[in-house]
Amino acid sequence: MDLQKINVQKSERKENLDNLIKQLAYPLIAIITSFVVGGLLVAAFGSNPIVAYSAMLRGSLGDITSIGETLVITTYLILTGLSIAFGFRCGLFNIGAEGQFVMGAITAVWIGWGLKGLPPFLHVTLTLVGGALAGGFWGGFVGWLKARLGSHEVINGIMMNYIAVQLSNFWVRTSLNQDGKAFSVEIADSAKLWRFSETFSVFSKTRLSGGLFVAILVALVAYYVLNKTQKGFEIRAVGFNQHAAEYGGINVKNNIILAMFSAGLFAGLAGAIMTSAMQYRVNQLMGFTGFGMDGIAVALVGNNHPIGVIISALLFGILQKGGPMMQIEGIAKEVVFIVQGILILFVAANFVRIMHDKYKINKELKNSLNKREGK
Amino acid sequence: MLKRALVLVLVLALMLTMFTACGQKQATANVTFGMVTDTGGLGDKSFNDSAWAGFQKAEKEYGVKPTILQSTKQEDYEPNLGAMAQKTDLTIAVGFLFENAMKAAADQYPDKKFGVIDTVADKPNVTSVLFKEHEGSFLVGVIAALTTKTNVIGFIGGMELEVIKKFEAGFKAGVMSVNPNATILVDYTGDFGKADLGKELAIKQYTQNADVIFHASGACGIGVIQAADEKGFWAIGVDQDQSKESKNNKVLCSMIKRVDTGTYTVIKSLVDGKFEGGKTIVLGLKEEGVGYSDNGKNVPKDIAEKTEAYRKAIIDGKIVVPATIDELSKFKPVQL
Repeated sequence: MDLQKINVQKSERKENLDNLIKQLAYPLIAIITSFVVGGLLVAAFGSNPIVAYSAMLRGSLGDITSIGETLVITTYLILTGLSIAFGFRCGLFNIGAEGQFVMGAITAVWIGWGLKGLPPFLHVTLTLVGGALAGGFWGGFVGWLKARLGSHEVINGIMMNYIAVQLSNFWVRTSLNQDGKAFSVEIADSAKLWRFSETFSVFSKTRLSGGLFVAILVALVAYYVLNKTQKGFEIRAVGFNQHAAEYGGINVKNNIILAMFSAGLFAGLAGAIMTSAMQYRVNQLMGFTGFGMDGIAVALVGNNHPIGVIISALLFGILQKGGPMMQIEGIAKEVVFIVQGILILFVAANFVRIMHDKYKINKELKNSLNKREGK
Repeated sequence: MLKRALVLVLVLALMLTMFTACGQKQATANVTFGMVTDTGGLGDKSFNDSAWAGFQKAEKEYGVKPTILQSTKQEDYEPNLGAMAQKTDLTIAVGFLFENAMKAAADQYPDKKFGVIDTVADKPNVTSVLFKEHEGSFLVGVIAALTTKTNVIGFIGGMELEVIKKFEAGFKAGVMSVNPNATILVDYTGDFGKADLGKELAIKQYTQNADVIFHASGACGIGVIQAADEKGFWAIGVDQDQSKESKNNKVLCSMIKRVDTGTYTVIKSLVDGKFEGGKTIVLGLKEEGVGYSDNGKNVPKDIAEKTEAYRKAIIDGKIVVPATIDELSKFKPVQL
């Protein structure tokens, strides 16, 4: 009796493992294929693909400085990717991550510069939490509009992006301006997040900070909330089918607001980390920063799964940090973007899985036909 | 035997390198240099393209192929400067937004040389290049004031930044000097990229009777010139000669800023072994870093002569052109 149970458990475990391998294998094959296709395109544009890819790897992972800066980008991308992914799980497209990021960054300047004389630990925490909350409200408002008035979150999100950028620029030019320059005042030393370079001299040329750990921790918390708590289940249920969720007694409206608020928290935190650990100030923005938009690709490649987002953020960090080195080696900037675009196309289209499934079905069909004919 | 072969190979290799050294006709400078652009990148028909032209001039002269890195995000300026510094001896960054990134990079790579355009980074291994935009703006102000029939002249700026205020102050001083009765309208688009905003403000100023409008607003200026084409007033271009942007030849003249002279000067100083860190080079009318151009042939001879007189007076130091709105309020117009 017991033995049977153990055997069942074993086979279940094996199935789980098989599923995991499959889940990892599909994107992995897609990434490899996209690199091959990207390489062919690089060659078609008259550059050497081996030079291009080795430059990309050298630029992103070649030495400790490059690795550090790759992880700096990864830090932002984990959080903005998470923001988009969290929205998607509730069936919402949080294109407003861009604006939430900007609000987080500028609010962090307000707190980091305005509240002087606090003990460092408290000040840093306040700066990060304040920035995250600003993003949260920015996103939550869009969620509220969707829940109460039924207006679409994409339209409102885009509009809120513009408002955020203009508001940030207004403050950078007026209340937070430093000597008529195109950037804001610097935050107080007590509001600066710990950088690796403060403790380890090998990291002296990078801006890598404790923000990386914060981002990973937040991703793990998001995973736990989504998959192991009742609230997370409700959010996912709304994402699967709103009407069914409502029929099942779930408050759809509240969950939409909550999901957008949480998504905003993540993007706002990314902005706050940028201020508190990397830039120490906010520049006059000529347009959107692009971090929110990058988050969309990160979430898609990461399959909207918090752990997947961490891995895909690292991948995009490598692509983005490798780009400049490719340019320095003489590859056109546009080609760098094309390689990135192909990657997203291949992974997001999930084409490996579709091809594999089709192949399987065809094979089964053929087999059954053969069997019939044989009989 | 093996040893002898090795020696032979080495000697041959040595001779080969000597031959190649002789084979090069051009004198090759012993330094490498690269440029990091702002997010505008190459192809902006203005600032970045002009800076790159300075590099191309240096390439022709010194036979060293320059490296270029176009930034995609403001947040990447610092690592981009670092990446370029690892590759080349001299890294030049173009744009005032590089100030803080340049200071950080200069500290991280103390044995490398840097240059920065349009802002000052006070570090021992950085040469900063500034332009006296107010001097060039003064000259086009003189031209505008002598051209206007309605006695109303417009100025359209991009973002309200220190550097754009230099254009405004110089322009106003120029207008005041030859036509004290003229009214000057001032508007800012708050942007450098939106042509529609420029057009909107230009039409607004036109309805307020302005018949000459000077813009210092980057790509917003395309809209100002479009409006000039439609409504028939004069527009004054900026940064480089913009006469080609107008279909009906309504660009009166352009205030030009020789960013290429800036980048070339820094490269030349390094090649000649005269690179000075911590120094700020200021390029004005005297150094031909700024000026005006009239490829549309719209400035009549008498006005051009008068403008030339003012140019000489500024170069001789008889007129000190105000660079800020504060200085402008103390400025006393000089009649020539």
